[in-house]
Amino acid sequence: MSSELQEQDYTDEIDHEGELWNAGHRACAGCGPANAMKYITEAAGENTIIAQPTGCMEVVSTPYPESAWGVSYIHNIFENAASVASGIEAAYQAFDRRDPDHLDVADEDDLNIIAVGGDGATADIGFRALSGMMERGHDVTYIMYDNEAYMNTGVQRSSQTPYGAETTTSPHGEASVGNDTNKKDMASIAAAHGVDYVATASISNPHDFKQKIETALERDGPKFLHVYAPCPVGWGYDSSKTVELARLAVETGLFPVFEMEGGEITNIRKVSDRKPIEEFVKYQKRFSHLVGEDGDEEGLAELQAWIDGRAEDLGIDA
Amino acid sequence: MATADSTPGEDTQVMKGTSAVAKGVAAIDPDVISAYPITPQTGVVEKLSEIVADGDIDSEFIKVDSEFNAASTCIGASAAGARAFSATSSQGLKLMSEPLFTAAGHRLPIVMAVANRSLSGPLSIWADHTDCFAERDGGMMQFHAEDVQEAIDHVLLSFKVAEQVNLPALSNFDGFILTHVQEPANIPTEAEVSEFLPPRDPAYTLDPSDPATMGAYARPEHWTEARYEVQAALEDARDVWTDAVEEFDDVFGRDYTEYDGMIDTYRADDAETVIVALGSICGTIRGVIDEMRADGELVGLVRPRVHRPFPAEQLRDALSGAHQVAVLTKENSQGFESALASEIKSALYHAEHQPPMKTYILGMAGRDVTSEDIKAIVADAETATDVMDFSESESWPQLREDIISGGI
Repeated sequence: MSSELQEQDYTDEIDHEGELWNAGHRACAGCGPANAMKYITEAAGENTIIAQPTGCMEVVSTPYPESAWGVSYIHNIFENAASVASGIEAAYQAFDRRDPDHLDVADEDDLNIIAVGGDGATADIGFRALSGMMERGHDVTYIMYDNEAYMNTGVQRSSQTPYGAETTTSPHGEASVGNDTNKKDMASIAAAHGVDYVATASISNPHDFKQKIETALERDGPKFLHVYAPCPVGWGYDSSKTVELARLAVETGLFPVFEMEGGEITNIRKVSDRKPIEEFVKYQKRFSHLVGEDGDEEGLAELQAWIDGRAEDLGIDA
Repeated sequence: MATADSTPGEDTQVMKGTSAVAKGVAAIDPDVISAYPITPQTGVVEKLSEIVADGDIDSEFIKVDSEFNAASTCIGASAAGARAFSATSSQGLKLMSEPLFTAAGHRLPIVMAVANRSLSGPLSIWADHTDCFAERDGGMMQFHAEDVQEAIDHVLLSFKVAEQVNLPALSNFDGFILTHVQEPANIPTEAEVSEFLPPRDPAYTLDPSDPATMGAYARPEHWTEARYEVQAALEDARDVWTDAVEEFDDVFGRDYTEYDGMIDTYRADDAETVIVALGSICGTIRGVIDEMRADGELVGLVRPRVHRPFPAEQLRDALSGAHQVAVLTKENSQGFESALASEIKSALYHAEHQPPMKTYILGMAGRDVTSEDIKAIVADAETATDVMDFSESESWPQLREDIISGGI
């Protein structure tokens, strides 16, 4: 697959849809992150280098000798995508000074260096690499796709797993509500590093997500995007519901959608008639112990209270 | 003996080992340098920081948060086609271990200066070879310097060979003993370097105009072949290294060509007792050999300069006349024996001549090794026989039995 791709002559006239992230990948039906990869490559185009950590999107896209990637791509290990991207960026800085003809693209500014990793690879094990990349100011766009657990290893909790969600390492039981922590606020953490452009998006709104990618790529320095991307297998829902659940996460306030510039929220998606979180959780096996006649009402209330508090802090209610 | 005749002259400067290595790296002028401070390597990263800050070279210097990310940024840079350098020691090398193994699998010619130091615990900042031996099996080439000049020259040779066989290289030099010693050393000129080390010309890079997928995952039907190719590249590295040391001699006038450049010997040709050791301890051993030779004792030294790929054939040859062999080593594979001793025994297994061998684990974590220690070992090695109990064949001669509790 990859050799055929490399022989293609990509030009500006070609619509990249379906060519830079190819249908030949092995992602599950209804995979939210696979949608994110499609939108990322569509927005970024051919002058792009992707660095990716170990995880679902890497495994489904690079089973040697095949590759779903029509852009330059490197996977190294689970926790270092931000550092690998930093090194790529540093190399091109050196080439730019020493050998300006090294890069065979129309304009040096057209080069997009993107690191894209899952929530575990980004917010947990790869956190130090990400922090270093942002602090040092590399011209890299980091995109975290958030499916709220370690899906590649069989659904274990991450620091993005919401309160009450059952995973194989946060099971629900007599003494456990399921996961007993709330989602780590990666956007604020990125902003606190001085990252000038930070945004969240949901794959339920590709137009918004792609616009944010384009905005990020136009700017210099580190950028951080957090994109919400449901996982039918890990969450336990019908694979036709991915986009609907991605939208419900926004409409319930579980996943606020906003842009931050200079550390301040400059644009936020207001939610009118914010739906109760039950509307989101009731479709998913991971939350099944929270709903219904014997459901853990306290657990559900706790999750709702966290969402309400955050909605108030961010002012998302229309 | 390659460099013992170095004396301060027009072309040499007396300087600290870390500064000398940093200046050698500066002459190479890598595209990307990424390193984190750790004792006793710190002087290398500090000196390079200074050289870059003064604008004397315009390498990209990535001020990373850890050795883990020093190795990881070098991987990104090298994959993009850059010449990338790092330096570390001990715990830092352990922290790099995971990405470094993949650097070999990804076939990225990153070169690292490793200021050898023991590993925790207990915590120790002092020299031995516990750190580099712990990275032995990942596909990185490993070289050991005896003095500061070799530490500089091995970095140059490392780049030369690494970029031809597409493997990373660890250029080892002993912590404190070489990093903090002041020795006369010749720093290569830019003209010499450009003659010896042409610009890197990788077959594949992360070039958006020619997209490639690097670091794919391999299923059982492909993984073995990928690692076999690393093994084959390490085999190729023998000849590439041999050619490189010959070219090095032509350009720089320093001769490392003995035994294909793989091992270095001293008065070993007619030696009855041959000492095998790595790195800086060999300076002391040379002095002992001279003293013992003056008393008529036929003692010699064999020093592997290259540790990976392992110089098995050259060792067989160099030890073919030995009556007995004493392996002096600053490491141990816990639960068995010295890894170096195991390797030498393994190399001799199919050889016609298998000299009786005794192993001495000493000099760990900076414990001083004196001439008297070495003389006593040579005397003991003469008691080696073809068949020995394990307890007779290996000893820890510097062990302070007064401070160990023993047993469980």
